[in-house]
Amino acid sequence: MHIPDGYLGPITYGGLWAAVAPVWYTAAKRVKTTLKAAQVPLLALSSAFSFVIMMFNVPIPGGTTGHATGATLVAILLGPWSAVIAISITIVVQAFIFGDGGITAIGANCFNMAFADVIMGYGIYKLIRGSSPTTSKRTVISGAIGAYAGITIGAFLTGVELGIQPYLYKGPDGRPLYSPFPLSIAVPAMVIEYAVVFGIIEAVITALVLIYLQRSNPELIRG
Amino acid sequence: MKISNLKSQVSNYKKLWIGIGILILLTPLGLIIPEIFRAGGAWGEWGTDEIKHIVGYVPEGLKRLSEIWSAPFHDYAFSGWDKGIRSYIAYIISGLIGVAIVIVATYLFAKVIKRGER
Repeated sequence: MHIPDGYLGPITYGGLWAAVAPVWYTAAKRVKTTLKAAQVPLLALSSAFSFVIMMFNVPIPGGTTGHATGATLVAILLGPWSAVIAISITIVVQAFIFGDGGITAIGANCFNMAFADVIMGYGIYKLIRGSSPTTSKRTVISGAIGAYAGITIGAFLTGVELGIQPYLYKGPDGRPLYSPFPLSIAVPAMVIEYAVVFGIIEAVITALVLIYLQRSNPELIRG
Repeated sequence: MKISNLKSQVSNYKKLWIGIGILILLTPLGLIIPEIFRAGGAWGEWGTDEIKHIVGYVPEGLKRLSEIWSAPFHDYAFSGWDKGIRSYIAYIISGLIGVAIVIVATYLFAKVIKRGER
């Protein structure tokens, strides 16, 4: 889901930088007032977790690979705005140090993984969990469904952003200038692989960590 | 922040940090398992060589933009350490480097937004 440099044209990557800027501003403002000094280690722990979990490439046999993001899980532990910050830090480090995701595409990748994945995943978790107690099964299931939906929505957005490129940018010879795959290929490719494989992985990881935390550190699971 | 608080925080999350450490050591599975199942890279994350292989040409803008940044540890590998056991070692070291930078960046962020507060 890490869009590299060159796949998005200037209007698209610029537009997504512009779209994610107010999200970062809001997140920083919210975190400034809500983050207690004691929670900074937890924020660092979450960024670290997200970074590491994204290194576990999962194969579709004979096909492509993908990975979990941990976005919904981090949002459940820290609140969505802190999760926006934690995942964004991870994406920026991945881009600059490891070339995983482009520099021009940081806006897009943060919009998809640090914003849409986080907010949708957390929103759906909250909606399903309702007021059920921290240690309930329902909390785990809500987290798993939220995580599945969040990452799949992130993948859908990635597919749309890639898929509109051939319509937006054509060279004089009519060939695409950036990502060459139309919506009819890019969207199904991204959505299906996440809906069928990587989304399930994300849901299982989220559920396992929540079950573990219910026993070891239930105070970390937010209401 | 008092030292005693810091100590209790570290011990509170000690198990979780150990968990991150174990995950870092296991990261080569993220290379090995795809190799076993003969899976390639992620969809839409191909380099220009692969793009050329897939669509028969490299789109002009894509080629130009793809060269704007050269990451020091591209693909979590070191040059010459991109295959076999060496790639697994490089992957673990990349995991350590990445986690260290991410932790420092998070603390810097917290410091910046909390500046002027006590």
